[in-house]
Amino acid sequence: MSQTVRTRRRVIGRSAAALGATALLLAACNGDAGDDPLADATADDPIEITMYYPIAVGGPLEDVVDGLIAGFEDENPQINVTPVYSGNYDDTAVQATTALSAGEPPATTVLLSTEMFALIDEDIIVPFDDLVITDEDEAWLDSFYDEFMANSRDDEGNTWGIPFQRSTIVQYYNKEAFEQAGLDPERAPETWEELVEIATAVQEGSDVSWGVQMPSSGFPYWLFQTFTTQMGVEVVSAAGNEVYFDKPEVIEALEFWYSLSDEHGVHPPHVVDWGTTPEDFLQQEVGIIWTTTGNLSRIRSDATFDFGVAPMPSNVQPGSPTGGGNFYIFADAPEAEQRAAFELIRYLTQPEQAAEWSIETGYVAPTPEAWETEAMQEYVADFPEAEVARDQLENTVRELSTYQRGSVYDLINDALQSALTGEVTPEEALLQANESINDLLAPYR
Amino acid sequence: MATSSDPAAVGPAEAVTPEVTPGGDPWARRSFLAPLRRVPNSVFAWALILPAMVILLGFSVVPMITTVWASLQEPGIGDSIGPANYERMINDPVFRQSLRNNLVFSLVTVPVSLAIAMLMAVLVDREIRARGFLRMALFTPAMLPVIAAAAIFLAFYQPNFGLINVIAQSIGVPRQNWLGDPSTVLPSLMVVMIWKEAGFFMLFYLAGLQTISPELNEASTLEGTGRWTHFRRVTFPLLMPTTLFTSIVGVANSFKQVDFIFVMTQGGPNNASNLLLYNIYLQAFPNRNPDYAAAMTVVLVSILVALAVIQIRMFDRRIHYR
Repeated sequence: MSQTVRTRRRVIGRSAAALGATALLLAACNGDAGDDPLADATADDPIEITMYYPIAVGGPLEDVVDGLIAGFEDENPQINVTPVYSGNYDDTAVQATTALSAGEPPATTVLLSTEMFALIDEDIIVPFDDLVITDEDEAWLDSFYDEFMANSRDDEGNTWGIPFQRSTIVQYYNKEAFEQAGLDPERAPETWEELVEIATAVQEGSDVSWGVQMPSSGFPYWLFQTFTTQMGVEVVSAAGNEVYFDKPEVIEALEFWYSLSDEHGVHPPHVVDWGTTPEDFLQQEVGIIWTTTGNLSRIRSDATFDFGVAPMPSNVQPGSPTGGGNFYIFADAPEAEQRAAFELIRYLTQPEQAAEWSIETGYVAPTPEAWETEAMQEYVADFPEAEVARDQLENTVRELSTYQRGSVYDLINDALQSALTGEVTPEEALLQANESINDLLAPYR
Repeated sequence: MATSSDPAAVGPAEAVTPEVTPGGDPWARRSFLAPLRRVPNSVFAWALILPAMVILLGFSVVPMITTVWASLQEPGIGDSIGPANYERMINDPVFRQSLRNNLVFSLVTVPVSLAIAMLMAVLVDREIRARGFLRMALFTPAMLPVIAAAAIFLAFYQPNFGLINVIAQSIGVPRQNWLGDPSTVLPSLMVVMIWKEAGFFMLFYLAGLQTISPELNEASTLEGTGRWTHFRRVTFPLLMPTTLFTSIVGVANSFKQVDFIFVMTQGGPNNASNLLLYNIYLQAFPNRNPDYAAAMTVVLVSILVALAVIQIRMFDRRIHYR
C-alpha cells in the first residue's frame, strides 16, 4: 500500500507541480552521491526552508517560535529557516495547500494531528521513516509518548507526523464555589455519579449559574470522545477507515451528555460555544468546565479566584482523547529541504525546546525527557496543575482521525448537535451518522 | 531625421507644426513620440485597453471559466466531464439547508434593513439638534469590521454573562441560549446583519434625499399635506432609484457576508445557521472538495444574477427617474 502511495505521489508530483518535481529530481541526483542530502549545504550557501505554523492559543507566541528557530540556526548554520505564522489551523492548512498547488510547498508545516489520513490520501506528505539516516534518527522517532503517536502513525507503523503542540481535555473547577457549596475544594468529580452530584451541589449552593459545561460548537466530536473514552470504547479504527458510533456504549455516552442538561439540569441547554466557555468559567458562571489544556496559561493568568485542574472522571475508566498539532513534511519539497526540515523538527522536539514551548503555551510536552528538564521541574514545582495533563496521558486515546476528514467531521458534529439540541434522540443521531460515515469510508477498507 | 524625411510615415498629428505646439521643446517631443504615430489607431486603442483587459480577464473572466470547468469535473481519477457535482448538490441535505437558510436570511434582512435605513435617513435629514453626531452614530456599525461586530454580538448573546440575557433576567424573562438553540440562532444572526447593514444603507438614502428638491417640501406645506402623506406620496417614490440600488447591494451582501458565522456559530447547531457561502468555504477548504465548491459557487452566482434581474424588472415599472 505504501509502495503504491509513493508511486502515485511521484506521478502526481510531476504533473501537478513541474517546478517542485524538477527540484526533486535534481535533489535526488545529488542524493545518490552521498547519504546525506544536506552534505552540499554550507553556512555560506545554506539550504532555505519555510515552516508554516498556526497559533491556536493566546499569548505572544511568535516571539517564542522566532527564538527557538534562532537557536536552531545557531547550531545548524547550513540551514536557513523562515517561520511563517499562518493564522489558525484551518488557515494554515489552506495556505500550505495553496502554496503546494502553486508549486512552492513549504518543507514543513504544523497541522492538526487528525489531518494525517487526509494528507496521506492526497499524497501531500512523506513518512519520517523515509528520511531517517542514522540510528539516532530512528531512536528519536521512538522517543515520544505512545499516546501522542497514536495520531502520528498509520496501522502499518509508518510515522507521518511528529507531535509538537499536543493537548488533552481536563477539568477546570472553581475551588471557591466548591467551598461555598460546602464541597471539598481539593476534590473534583472522579466518576459520572459524582459529576452529577457535585455539579448539582455547586449549582445550588454557590453563585454559579451552571454546575458544569462541556462546549459543543465547532468540533463537538472531540469533547464527545471524553465520554466515549470514559465508557471504555474507541470510536475509530487505527487505519482511519472505520468508525464505531453505533456501539451501545457510544450511544450511552451521548445519552449521558444530553442528560446533564435535559434530566439533571446542571448543564446549559442546547449547544455551548467553545470560545466563550473559558470566559464563562472566568466570570464564575460555571462551576466546572471541560476544555483543552491549551487554555491553562490563559485561565491561570486571568482567574481572579482559586481554581483547580483535575483529570477526567471515570465511568468504566477515566480518559480523554488527545488533540493538537503535529509537524508534517511535504512530499513535493526537494529532498534536501525535507532532510533540513527533519533536522529542524528534531531540534524543536528536543527536551529543552519542548519544555520551553510547553511552559509558554500550556501544551503537553510530547516526550518524557522534556518533563525531566530543569526548567520543567521548576515550572511544575511552582504550578503542579501543569502535570495533570501528563499524568492523564496513560488514559488517553487517539483523536478521531479518518480519511475524508472534513465530511466525516461534518456528519458526526451535526449528529451530536442535533442530539444535544433535542431534535433527535442520541441513538437515532448516532446510528444514522455511523452509517453515512462508514459508507463514505468504504473505499478505504 | 528618418521619420520626417519619409512622407508616408507622417501621421495625422504631424499636421500640427512644431512651431505652434504649445510648451516644451517641440523637437524633443516630436522625436520621442514619433514612433508611436506610426502605430495604426486601432492597434493603439487596443494597447491602451490592454492593462485593464489583462486585469479583467485574469481576475474575473478566467476564474469564472475555470470555476465552471472545475464544477463539471467528475469525482475520481481521470478527466471525465459531467454533472455529478450538481446531482450531488440536489441530494445534499446540508446544501439544501444552507440554501433555505440563506433565502430566509435575505428575505428578512434586506427589507427590514432597508426600511430601518430609510426611517433613520428621513429622521436625521431634518434640521434637528446634534444632527452630525446622530448621523455618525447611526453609521458607526457600518464602519466596524464584520469580525469585530461579530465578536461584540457573540458576547451579547452569550448565555451566561451576555448582556441580552442579563437584561432579560433582570426584567424576569428566562435566559435563552441564543446561538446554541437551532430555533433562535438564525434570527439572532439576522439582527447582527440588520444592525450592520441599516447604517450603511442610511448613507445612500441620505444622499438620495439631497436630490429631492426642497420646493416639493414647500408645496406640501402650502397644501397642508400631512407628514405621512408627504412621505408616502413624495419622498418614498422619489427614493425608489436608491431603493433599487440598495436592495440589489443588500441581497448581494446577504449572500456574501458570512464572516460573522466564523466567529459566532461555525454554521451550527446542526447547520441551523449554515449559509450558502459558508458552506462553500467548508467544502472548498476544510473538506478539500474544490470541485464541489465550484459547482455551488456557480449556483450561488446564478441565484444572485437571477435575483438582480427580477429586482430590476419589478422596480423598473414603479421607479420615477428624472
